Order: sequence, then C-alpha cells, then structure tokens
Amino acid sequence: MDRPNPLFRNLNSKFAALPMMLIVLVVFVGGTLWTVLFSFTNIKIVPIFSPKEWIDGFVGFANYTRLFNTDRWMNCPIITHIGQSDWKASCTGALPNVATYAVLSVTLSIGLGFLLAVMMDQKIRAEGVFRTIYLYPFALSFIVTGHVWAWIMSPEYGLQHAIREMGWTSFTFDWIADRQMVMYAIVIAGIWQGTGFVMALMLAGLRGIDEDIWKAARVDGIPAWRTYIQIVLPMMRPVMVTTFVIVAAGAVRVYDLVVALTDGGPGIASDVPTRYVYQNFSANLGQSLAASTVMLATMAVVLIPWIRMEFSKKRT
Amino acid sequence: MANSPTLSGPSGAKPRPFITPQRFVVYSVLIVCAVFFLFPLYIMIITSLKNIQEIQGGNIFVPTMSPTLDAWEKAWNSACTGLYCEGIKVGLWNSIKITVPSTIVSIAVASVTGYSLANWPFKFSEVFFAVLLLANFIPYIVMLYPLVIITSKMGIYSTLPAVILVHTIFGLPVQTLLFRNYFASLPQELFKAARVDGAGYWGIFFQIFVPMATPIFTVSIILQVTGIWNDFLFGVIFAGPTNYPMTVQLNNIVNSATGGKAYNVDMAATILTGLVPLTIYFVSGKYFVRGIAAGAVKG
Repeated sequence: MDRPNPLFRNLNSKFAALPMMLIVLVVFVGGTLWTVLFSFTNIKIVPIFSPKEWIDGFVGFANYTRLFNTDRWMNCPIITHIGQSDWKASCTGALPNVATYAVLSVTLSIGLGFLLAVMMDQKIRAEGVFRTIYLYPFALSFIVTGHVWAWIMSPEYGLQHAIREMGWTSFTFDWIADRQMVMYAIVIAGIWQGTGFVMALMLAGLRGIDEDIWKAARVDGIPAWRTYIQIVLPMMRPVMVTTFVIVAAGAVRVYDLVVALTDGGPGIASDVPTRYVYQNFSANLGQSLAASTVMLATMAVVLIPWIRMEFSKKRT
Repeated sequence: MANSPTLSGPSGAKPRPFITPQRFVVYSVLIVCAVFFLFPLYIMIITSLKNIQEIQGGNIFVPTMSPTLDAWEKAWNSACTGLYCEGIKVGLWNSIKITVPSTIVSIAVASVTGYSLANWPFKFSEVFFAVLLLANFIPYIVMLYPLVIITSKMGIYSTLPAVILVHTIFGLPVQTLLFRNYFASLPQELFKAARVDGAGYWGIFFQIFVPMATPIFTVSIILQVTGIWNDFLFGVIFAGPTNYPMTVQLNNIVNSATGGKAYNVDMAATILTGLVPLTIYFVSGKYFVRGIAAGAVKG
C-alpha cells in the first residue's frame, strides 16, 4: 500500500503555523543570535547579517571589556580601588542600579503581595472593593505611574513641600533629586504598580489550598500564622516560583518607569541597562549589543528556578 | 451529683465580639495599604482640577475650593508635545490606529497557530512550543536593533505599519500559548467526533472551536489592548513623530514644559492616557485578572 509522504500529513496545520514559525525563526531566534554574535565585533552600522562582516569585524570580548570599564555601566570602587583612600562600599552605574531595583522591588512586592493575600483570605467584608483598589495600578502604564509619582515626590511642589507647609519645616523627602536615594524612589513607584498583581496571583494560590489542610492544622492546635508559614507557604512553591520569575523578569528590563520618573537622573544616577542599550545604538553599537547580551544572560539566570521546576514536574 | 456538668454559666458557643484584636489588625493592614494605593489617584484627580496658581503656591494634599476643567481642556486640545501644540487628542487617535490592527492581526494568527499546536501536532511542534515559551522572556531590547534593520529594509521604518508589525510580532508568542493551552483543555472527543463526521482543519476551527473560545478571545483582547496601549518603547522607536501613541505624547507634554511646570495639565493628560486601560479593567473584572496572569510573561 502506498503510504502518504509524512511531509504532507496535516498539511493545513503546517501551512497555518508557517507565518508564526517564520516570525519565531527570523525575529526571536534570528534577532537574538544576531545581537549575541555581533556583540563580538566592532561593527558600527550593519545593513544586514553577512558572515564576512562578522569575520572581518571580530574583536573577541573587547566590547565586554570596554563595557565593564565604562563608569556609566558599572563603577564599583569596592572592586577597583580596594585598599586605597577612595575606596567606597558602593557601586554606581546602570547594572548595579538594576540590581538594586530588582532585588528590592521583587522582595518588597512579593512580601507585601503575600501579606495582602493572606489578609484578604481572612473572610473579610468588601473583598471585591479591596481587590479592585490594589489591582488598578497594574492596568496603568509605567509612563502614567512614573509621571504621577514624579509629581508626588517633586521636592519643590510635592509631598516634601506640603508637609513643610503644615509646620514640620525640617521634613525632607527629596529622593528623586538625590543620587544616593533615587533608585529607592523608583522602587516605591514600582511596587505601587506591581504589588496588586502579586496579590492576585498569591490569592489564587491560597484559594487553591485544600480546606482539609486547615482543618487538620486546627485540630492539631497549630496557630494560624504558623500554619501559613510552615504548611501553606511550602505548598505554594509553584505559585511562588512562577510569581518570582514573572516579577523578576519584569524588573530586569525596567525602562519606561525610569524614563517617566527620573529620565535616568539626576545626571545618570538612575540609568538602567535597557536605557543604556537604547541610547548607545547609534554612537556605540558594539557596546550596546554587548550590554544586551549581558541582559539576556541575566534573564537566563532568572529563569533557572522556573526551568528546574518544569523539568522536575515532568520527571515525577 | 458529682459527675453532672455544672450549669452555673451560659451554655453554647462563646459569643464572638464584633471586633476581635485579630480582625482589627487585618482591617488596619488592608485599609492602610488601600490608602497607599489610592493616594496617587486622589492626587492625580485633585491636581487636574486646580489652576496654575494653586499648583505653585498650594498644598498637594488639599483639594481646590474652585475646581475648574481648564487643565483638562488644555491637555486635550492645546498642550504642546514638542513639535506642535494640539494636545493629547492626537495621541489618542494614533493609539487607536496602532492598537486596533495589531490586536486583530496578532489574535487571528495566534488563534490559528495555537489550534495547530494543540490539535494537529506535526514534527517539531513540541520544540516549537518550547521555543515560544522561552521567546516570551527574551528582553525586547535584545531584538530591537535587528528589527530596526528589518523594518528599514522593508522601507516602513518610522511609519504606522512598522509599529503595528512590531506589536503584532511581540504579541504573538504569549497569545499563541494562551490559545494552545485553551484548545488543549477542551475535550478531545469533540475534535475526534468532528473528524469522524468528515470536518477538515478549517471546518473544525471555525464551526466548533471558535464559537467555544469566547472566554479566551476576551482574555486575549484585554491583554493585547492594554499591553499595546501602555507601550512606550516601540512607539518611540518605530512609529515616527507624526504617529506617536498617547504614552509618548504624554511623556512629551510633561517634558516640553516652557516656564513653570503645569502639573495640572500634566495630571489631566496622565488621567486621559490611563483612562482606556482603566475602563477595560473596571468593566472586565475577572477576565482582566486572568489576562494579566497569562500575559505577564511578555518580554
């Protein structure tokens, strides 16, 4: 019997999926590979991929060396000036800035989001009202979020001015104008925008916990707060991992919020990698591509817990 | 008798006080947080109703005694966005022109691809699925320069079609996953019965799957519209100055202030920019939560 050529099996399906496959191959796989490959060359403006241009322009890790020697990207006196008089235990630059932002905004929004979800889970009145209030900032863009908080935190007219006018004349809240504190100001706006979303995910996770677990804990006389920490929290591991990956992936690529809130200022004190990459496209393409690749590598690290979880799920 | 229970006090469950210390703590935390989350909205609204003297001399917390819509009028009609002074209404139309086609095209392509992946598996469709999953996490900025090159080669860089194309492309992976997971969760007997009855690829899709997929279409429309509406980066890079969406116009209005900053106009423009996604949020309720949970993985 003639067996049909497997190439033509489900032909409609293949045909229908073709545009999507092309896009994935050209843009997602191709574009990413292009960026990674050309980060090892000294190209200025490349019209399109050509192997010859890549071989001619190959410079190894030179872009990366230059990138990490650029103060605007990373300047860590703790590493470079160790033992000298200008030694300082702090880093500045786009990469340390995003590290500060990511660590704080992820920890605080997950902590606060979990706390709120637990509180919402106490059979409270008007749950819908509270949920709506916590979640509405997530519908707003980072540009909107940034401009509102820029106005509130403005030292001349905002919160600081208002409280001084009320009589507390020494009150100071000028973080967006302070090089040391500006990243924390961005964290405040970031958790305002994103905590409601964490709360929604966590609440869904809490509601998925079997009611019998609670009954058993109550019978054993375990106080509610210990049940949450020692029983419920470990059971919510998958929700936690998913939330962490989503929130951390968002924090690594923070851009709009910084543009609207501080535009990288004061000076370049709140610069972040996405902004650095974008602003160096024309002047400094090689370094810009190297910085993109560093972001990609960071994202891969963020994804590890999630990939491990997916992997172990399949094996068990 | 010695063994009988003493009946000296009232029997039955201990009456619960109306407010226990525990309840007090719970509501205190919830209310304090609610105040924090509502505070910027309050500030936005009262600021937009003030006049410029009240902004420069006044207190950010205190609402105005003589509210005026002047700032709203100015934000809508005559605020300067750098090149010209026609207000944020230009951005609203641009945002609509960008959002509507990108939403329709990406959902059309993604629903068909998701259906293929779920019901008509082919060689490498599992690999393709895994690549889609990872593609969501690649930061946009990594693929941005190649896309600038591609759109320039196509001759559409800095035009409306370019920004629509880019939004369509970046919406696809998450949309496809959404549809694939939804179609995979439908009972497979439906699909098999339709096959036995002789329905083909497109017949099953249009006559059986699409009518059943209203919830997932709702979720993905919410996700796409809010995502594209709130975008800033693609608008700046690919749209070109005459097509800048509302978010970019808002940013320009705030930054192109001449003289003292007109925070009342800025806040009116900010509310106007946030109005579309906020309306979607308030109207769609639980679908919105499902949508953001599904879509939050976008790069």
